[in-house]
Amino acid sequence: MRLVPDPNPPRLRVLWVSLGAIAVALLIAGAVFAAYGLSPLEAYRTMLQGTLTDWKGLSEVLRRTIPLLLVGAGLTLAFRAQFFNIGAEGQLLMGAIAGGGVALFLPLPPLLSLPAMFLAGVLLGGAWALLAAWLRSRLGVNEILSTLMLNYVAQYVLIYLINGPWKGQNVRGFLYSDEFAPYEQLPTLPGTLVHWPTLLLGVVLALALQVLLTRTTLGYELRVVGENPGAARYAGISVPRVVLVMAIITGGLAGLAGVGEVAGIHHRLLEPAQISLGYGFTAVIVAWLARGNPALVLVTAPLMGIILAGGDLLKISLNMPFRVIDVFSGVMLLCLIASEIFVRNRVRWGRR
Amino acid sequence: MASTILQLSGITKRFPGVVANDRVDLELKEGEVLALLGENGAGKSTLVSILYGLYRPDEGEIRIEGQPVQIASPAHALRLGIGLVPQHPLLVGRHTVAENLALGVGRFWFPAQRMVPLIEQLARSYGLEVDPHARVHQLSPGEKQRIEILRALLRGARVLILDEPTSVLTPLEAEALFRVMRELRSAGKSLIFISHKLDEVLAIADRVSVLRRGKVVGELPVAEATKPRLAELMVGRSVSFERKRAEPRLGPALLEVRGLQARSSRGLPALRDVSFSLRQGEVLGVAGVAGNGQSELVEVLSGLRRAEAGTLSLEGKPLVPDPARLFEMGVAHIPEDRIRMGTVPPMPVSENLALREYRKPPLARGFFRDLAAYEQRAKAQVQQYAIATPSPSTPTRLLSGGNIQKVILARELAGSARLILAVHPTYGLDVGATEQVHQILLEKTYQGAGVLLVSEDLDEILALADRVAVLYQGRLQGPFEVGSLTREEIGLLMTGSSLPTGQGGAA
Repeated sequence: MRLVPDPNPPRLRVLWVSLGAIAVALLIAGAVFAAYGLSPLEAYRTMLQGTLTDWKGLSEVLRRTIPLLLVGAGLTLAFRAQFFNIGAEGQLLMGAIAGGGVALFLPLPPLLSLPAMFLAGVLLGGAWALLAAWLRSRLGVNEILSTLMLNYVAQYVLIYLINGPWKGQNVRGFLYSDEFAPYEQLPTLPGTLVHWPTLLLGVVLALALQVLLTRTTLGYELRVVGENPGAARYAGISVPRVVLVMAIITGGLAGLAGVGEVAGIHHRLLEPAQISLGYGFTAVIVAWLARGNPALVLVTAPLMGIILAGGDLLKISLNMPFRVIDVFSGVMLLCLIASEIFVRNRVRWGRR
Repeated sequence: MASTILQLSGITKRFPGVVANDRVDLELKEGEVLALLGENGAGKSTLVSILYGLYRPDEGEIRIEGQPVQIASPAHALRLGIGLVPQHPLLVGRHTVAENLALGVGRFWFPAQRMVPLIEQLARSYGLEVDPHARVHQLSPGEKQRIEILRALLRGARVLILDEPTSVLTPLEAEALFRVMRELRSAGKSLIFISHKLDEVLAIADRVSVLRRGKVVGELPVAEATKPRLAELMVGRSVSFERKRAEPRLGPALLEVRGLQARSSRGLPALRDVSFSLRQGEVLGVAGVAGNGQSELVEVLSGLRRAEAGTLSLEGKPLVPDPARLFEMGVAHIPEDRIRMGTVPPMPVSENLALREYRKPPLARGFFRDLAAYEQRAKAQVQQYAIATPSPSTPTRLLSGGNIQKVILARELAGSARLILAVHPTYGLDVGATEQVHQILLEKTYQGAGVLLVSEDLDEILALADRVAVLYQGRLQGPFEVGSLTREEIGLLMTGSSLPTGQGGAA
């Protein structure tokens, strides 16, 4: 077998390779299930049946899809600009903190409070990403490290707040804030946790980002900066400016997702692991699968939503540890990254 | 009559859609330099890959000293005595010369140390001076190339293939390489010299084989070859080497540079008190060995680098360090590195053509891009500049070097270019594309633009420029009228020597 570089891979091959990578990931994860003493087929059957065949399962998938959609769409933009934002988790939590802070402490007319919460979430999430982008532009700090580390800072800021100044009046030993007022809570589809306003925002924003990337001058600048910073400088595009704007968008979307989670599901601030099931990290896979196309996140986010919701079922029905889903996601990301080689090269069989 | 060491007969290699080598016959005698001449894409590289065991031919036979062989891999080629000196040296920068050369042949214990006497002995016998203890990243391209030659010799190569060896060298380094090649030849080695530069082929080779579209279209002793004849064989039509305009129409001063000082990216002084002026319709050549301030000069003029001192003005207006505003003022920049700076290789031709003017109508309507305008404009420019691309939506990285350069020219000269900064504008281009690029640049001077031509190719400067200046360690000598200096005198200035008084004379 030989690999022949192909400078212009056909789109169809990108699709097949991605599907192939997912299939390999399913095989490997299946082996993990088998090692755990569980039939892989049984496990996958449970996951699919419990998520896609009834409304309750489907609503669980949708609930997970909402943050993945928002965060993933923002990340596609960052990846297109060659800004490897691994800190969406922290940006999401900072968004939740900002939204929660507005809900708890800023007296506003009821009609204004939800928009203000979203706005605050976008601003603080964006600022959190901006910090890393600024460090990179100014001091050359690697954004992978800074965004990753800022995740922990965000987590501990949240823990500090709900443990100290923002700790609820009537929550005894629990680490909660007070509950948001009813008008500070997002409506959900009846009988589910699907906070549909956020879902709607996610769909609209994913499409809007696609337009931004392909049809606007800012999107053009962003792609030039990502593909060739040297050419950007040469053409007089300010690379720092483009990276900072991009960071605000990608962090802002993560912050928005954070507000959605607390205002739509939990109605209060609580521990980081309860607000986000690692959405910021799973969204990296969502964005990678979408190959930098924000609109494609509309397909890849539900896919990862199925896997996250399916993981819940594995825990409940088959008594597996929930963290098996992290194994699943990790294997999938590895397979996707490894499959890049088959996108960039053609496989030829035989010698020569 | 020297015996034949290597013989190719009927070598054919097909790739999907192209026949890269079509029944190629080639014969290499002991102790001769055979030049393999051809344009980009003529099949030279494929033939080299076959000889070095990277590809196997679909048809045909290779004989070494009369014995038929199947070259299976580069290691096999080396065992058969065929060595390759690659175009871009493949060395470990942080290691010493000896450590690099010990790779693959050194003993287990102290491999590098044991190499040193061998290296010194070989270096002495072929004039390949190199310090075995120097770290490779500190060496010049010419020295790195010598290491590659040494490597092939250490492996016992009798046939040396030099793949476009002069493309990374300055004229002086190229001269040194030719001396080494002559030494090797007189020691009985056989050399295959791959090039598309006619002057070099005529200077060094004994025989020339010309490839065009995979076929050998001519084979002749150098004694019988002339430049026009080789060019015609190579391109398939007659080529004009005449670039000079009968009478340059020079207008008033366009660019005025006074007392310019600038530092390099490493913070060292790169330009020292540089002053010159450029008139409308004039081509000013800037010669010099790479790294003597040419890059910094062009960067300052194109707005990519700040000047520390000095005044710059274009038609009386001061130049600002902002590439976008300078382009609006009429400063076009054909950069040295067309892949890393001049284009965005994964983006389509139409978007690359828009890099300068994407903010302005008709390409932009407010915040949004007008894709139809992109397409329309790209189609017009592709036609005007005869850019060979399947469509405007093809990524530029799929185009040949000449066509990428034409994309850059089309974009840079689209506006009302007044000052054209052309850096190595024909580097790596074949004869046909070079001719086109030169014509385009000269065409612009008729319309009143001035060209600052930075090139390491003296022939190019002498053919195009009206005046020539030489940069050495950041100081500018000249400009001089082109006719007032000989090649040798320019060469002297490039090495920092001053001219004997009474010669040349500032113009």
